[in-house]
Amino acid sequence: MSSFNGEIVLIVAAILFVLGLIGVLTRKNIIFILLSVEIMLNSAGLAFVAAGAKWQQPDGQVMFLFILAMAAAEVSVGLALVLQIYHQHKTLDVDGLKELRD
Amino acid sequence: MSLLFYISSFVAILATVMVITRYHPIHALLYLVVSLLAVAMVFLSLGAPFVAVLEVIIYAGAIMVLFIFFIMMLNLGSETAQQEKNWLQPRVWVGPSLLSLVLLGEVVMLLLKGQNIVIQTSVVDARKVALSLYGEYIVGVELTGFLLMAGIVGAAHIGKQKKRNLHRFLQENENTGTTIKTIICPPSTVK
Repeated sequence: MSSFNGEIVLIVAAILFVLGLIGVLTRKNIIFILLSVEIMLNSAGLAFVAAGAKWQQPDGQVMFLFILAMAAAEVSVGLALVLQIYHQHKTLDVDGLKELRD
Repeated sequence: MSLLFYISSFVAILATVMVITRYHPIHALLYLVVSLLAVAMVFLSLGAPFVAVLEVIIYAGAIMVLFIFFIMMLNLGSETAQQEKNWLQPRVWVGPSLLSLVLLGEVVMLLLKGQNIVIQTSVVDARKVALSLYGEYIVGVELTGFLLMAGIVGAAHIGKQKKRNLHRFLQENENTGTTIKTIICPPSTVK
């Protein structure tokens, strides 16, 4: 049984989310973009668990479980798509995917 | 418990910074595993042991191992790191990072300006989570089952190779008619 400031937990979650956002915005490789999306999902889950801990209710943890299942499904489909992209283009550079341009 | 929280959140932030600054994919993945383990410690200090265990097993275990197998299968190595290194010049990442950090500063300011929230942590154990999950959230559990099913079927369908794709070593030599030689010889000696 301990107590600490709730703002700190939310600030940590916000920092992690912004780090993931920076990763999505600045990276060029699809693998790194998927990793950064995982960071963002994880930080959202952290905020949910913190909110659940504030009222000592299990709902935050239940929402984290849903986020976890969603992340697993997203990663499997995303990696399959990346595999197809790699087979078609022999690269993981997002600049290489420009068939829709012309 | 409070000290545990501060240390592990510091480790999580540091490891996440390392994730988004590494050039080599495997290094970034291993730092991400460290970050997820640190977040699991944060969950433990917040009084959520079940979620902490799931974070270690599913996130740091299953999903990250999936990524690692994927990188090993695609043989992403030093040329990917070199490409990332060429791309990640300061003029590329400074702009988005600064703007995102401005937004982060606004969020932090709003959080600190609000009324003081004190979290009294008491352990919410797996029993309460399970009773809630299979009680009021049972529809969500079934929809999650649908989602996972759709994910499996979608991944199996997309990952299926529809047209015949040669390996890149074979494809280079296909036009010159040396494919048989390529198959006989190990690919490293051909190129």
